[in-house]
Amino acid sequence: MVSPNSPTNPEGAASAPGTPRSIQDVVIRLAGNSQDGIQSIGGFLARLAGRSDQDVMTYMTIPSTISGGPSIFQVRMGTGDILSAGDRADMLVAFYQHSYEAHIGSLRPGGVLLYDSDHVTPAEGDNRFTYVACPITAGTVEAVGGTSKDKGKNIFVLGLIARVFDLDVAKLATLIKERFGGKDESIVRNSMLAFDAGYAWPQSNLRDLFYRFEAVDRAVSASGRPQVTMDGNMAIAYGLITGGVRHGAAYPITPWTSVMETLRVELPKYGGIFVQCEDEIASISTAIGFSYTGQLAMTGSSGPGISLKMEALGWATMAEMPLIVVNVQRGGPSTGLPTNVEQSDLMQAIYGSHGDTPRVVLAPKNVEDCFYIALEATRIARAYSTPVLILSDQGLSSRIEVFEEPDLAKLMVDPKPDRSERGADFKPYPLDRITRHAPPGSKILSGKYPTVSGLEHDELGHPSGSPKVHQQMTIKRREKLKQLAATLPAPELNGDSSGEVLLVTWGSSWGPGREALGRVRKAGVKAGHLHLRHIHPLPNDLEQVFARYHKIVVAELNDEGLYGYGQFAMMLRARYANPAISSVCKTDGLTFKVSEIVAGIAKHIESTELDATIGVMRKSALATS
Amino acid sequence: MSATALATPPLAPGAPLSKKVLVADHPTWCPGCGDFAVLASFYRVLEKLNYPHEKIVTFAGIGCSSRFPYFVNTHGGHFIHGRALPFAAGISLGGDDLHVFVFGGDGDGFSIGGNHLVHTARKNVNLTYVIMDNSVYGLTKKQTSPTSPIGFKSKTDPWGAMDQPINPMRTLLNSGATFVARSHATQVNHMTDMMLRAAKHPGFSVVEILSECVEFFEGAFDAANPRKGGRWTLIEEKKNDGSPEDANRHDVTDEVSAFKLAQQAWPGSFGVFYENNVRQTKNALEAGLIAKTRERTKNASDLAVLQATFAKMR
Repeated sequence: MVSPNSPTNPEGAASAPGTPRSIQDVVIRLAGNSQDGIQSIGGFLARLAGRSDQDVMTYMTIPSTISGGPSIFQVRMGTGDILSAGDRADMLVAFYQHSYEAHIGSLRPGGVLLYDSDHVTPAEGDNRFTYVACPITAGTVEAVGGTSKDKGKNIFVLGLIARVFDLDVAKLATLIKERFGGKDESIVRNSMLAFDAGYAWPQSNLRDLFYRFEAVDRAVSASGRPQVTMDGNMAIAYGLITGGVRHGAAYPITPWTSVMETLRVELPKYGGIFVQCEDEIASISTAIGFSYTGQLAMTGSSGPGISLKMEALGWATMAEMPLIVVNVQRGGPSTGLPTNVEQSDLMQAIYGSHGDTPRVVLAPKNVEDCFYIALEATRIARAYSTPVLILSDQGLSSRIEVFEEPDLAKLMVDPKPDRSERGADFKPYPLDRITRHAPPGSKILSGKYPTVSGLEHDELGHPSGSPKVHQQMTIKRREKLKQLAATLPAPELNGDSSGEVLLVTWGSSWGPGREALGRVRKAGVKAGHLHLRHIHPLPNDLEQVFARYHKIVVAELNDEGLYGYGQFAMMLRARYANPAISSVCKTDGLTFKVSEIVAGIAKHIESTELDATIGVMRKSALATS
Repeated sequence: MSATALATPPLAPGAPLSKKVLVADHPTWCPGCGDFAVLASFYRVLEKLNYPHEKIVTFAGIGCSSRFPYFVNTHGGHFIHGRALPFAAGISLGGDDLHVFVFGGDGDGFSIGGNHLVHTARKNVNLTYVIMDNSVYGLTKKQTSPTSPIGFKSKTDPWGAMDQPINPMRTLLNSGATFVARSHATQVNHMTDMMLRAAKHPGFSVVEILSECVEFFEGAFDAANPRKGGRWTLIEEKKNDGSPEDANRHDVTDEVSAFKLAQQAWPGSFGVFYENNVRQTKNALEAGLIAKTRERTKNASDLAVLQATFAKMR
């Protein structure tokens, strides 16, 4: 197949490339500098996958430096479900010597190193890999010409990848035109020149690298809805919009910021307002002020910023004001690892602030779930008149995934505030019912207007120092969340419904957890995987699930702490007093590799059948594979 | 909650707002506190404004003066220390038809909430902020406040305060507040007039009221109280009547003159220092942005806008 955009290629690379080898999925790691635009390669591949029958999950790190410095992007694409970004790369594209040196360790033996021969000299005598030397820089300069120097290297590489994996060139060309179409015409032209040059790079130099993704029978969704491509932060923003959030306020902090950027641009289209505030405290205060007017509002941040919001969050709990707070977690404490992932704000989410502050904590499992969790958060916040925290993380924030477009017509919430007249018996804080505030603008027929307060208050919202009232109101604020718990669906349980080990994950560790379950069961271990999206309150009856397994292993991205348990494991042990609960934790700033979870499980179940050092496979399984 | 509050009669339809329906809980302030006068004055302001009862919102931060909303029977509440302004910004922007009043003290406004004052002012959010300045922390029983004068003996400065106090007028002018006025709790008519003008001002309006804490800083503002031998100096505003004396009167739209007034020696002058009716409010700017955006989407329904956005991500 020849790029339709270069019918007369001087290199004559259009010769028949032979028969492609069939593969199910591939992990490609691109390593360069942050200004090389390697993220956009991932973006193109993701959107291509969205328009094909392939799933894609990307994995990206961006250094916290503003410009320059190393950057990588890992994409796993293929047919069928893709649950994690892949432990090791099948192909490494190295733009520079430092990229090669830092990432050659992530390439699996037998993998392909594709490197820019203008910048990289691989170590001599290392026979583990297939080497493809390509003058990426010179090839791009030659193809594009003019003054653009080596700008477009990323698109050149995209062309190369399209060739090696037999991707749909026509669809990619359309995507490039869509992406750059709004800009100077020369940008589209240069991009296509770079793409064609990469695509047409002589076949002979690519050795015999030619693959095609296996066609698998994918059940076409009954809904017939198309696939959409976005990252986790966008999915949160659009989930909130779908849930009727029209107001918000925030302050920029990595990796949260792109949620607020999206909402600032999007909300005016819906008649809403997003305010960039002077600080984190003002942000949550303004958001609660919006909510007070009867319009559920949101704020968000990342770890340190959430710490600053804690006093106001206490107020929202006390005053029982609906509110959404998004925490896109990063490595902590303090400035910590701003561009890395961690799940270490769990205890902060549940117990941060001061006093007894019961509130709801939800965590999305993947990019698609960022949308649905955000939507559910809006429902819960309104129904229970409570703050709801969403615990996303850096891994999800910038990861691009493909998923079925939600049924927007069915899900869209009309967010009109309820300013109806309130009867003479209106009380903002009735002891026998869940709070329903009367926003300003609502007439109160008794003539007695309500106050909302951070002071302990009576049923009318007026301050009360009565010990009895404080006790009653504390119970009221707690009991409504127990009511919520009773309505929560049973969490997702995969694999064996009883057995040797139950793997428990929360948040974005779902994908690697699912894959780990597959490997553990393949090795002959009877195992299940329980994933929790509702972190606080927990769904009822989990103790019955736990009772069916000998060991319960909780995998989470935080430290095991002084007592040897991660934050969620600690919670579960406290809640269920089950000594079978143990932890697999890590804090290297990266998402779980499947092999790391498998190794952790192996350690805990002490199975001779599992070899922790090689991760997964039982020796016999290894021998036959 | 007091028994009188429960007995508040509902406002008859069409009846003007009266103090009778505006009174709520009995104030918790010490006898003789200047804040009583501010409250009485505020009832008069609301009577004069006669807004629909349900559209008035009174909010506050933390401090003695911040108990204010419990004593006024309107929608309202009591937020955390220093953050009433950003909260009120949410109310104002979220409900543009509401009349938002924020009350607080000098600690709330100039210390813990100082940065919010600056930014709410620069954004020109449409609301009225009344700072009841007593130059001492009263609720916590006599610590130095950001407006305590040098030498003031408090529990945190038993030998006398050493840090330069805030100059409230200069701070407010510098922040870009579009209505800045100063009054004194012993001058009820003046105070009422200032709050009334502030309420009518489109944008962020602030009135600083010197309100004595009889318990912990007695006599703090005697220098401006003629009954205590002080000097009450009113700002004479320009009338633009062409008279020769008008040349010496203060032009409230002149920021430089306002700064000069703010530099006067204690106790300084009282009245409107500055008023800017030209700068747009954030409320208007955001409404403009929404109108422009919706023009581009041809007023498409929320669902149509969302569906079009998702279609672009296919």
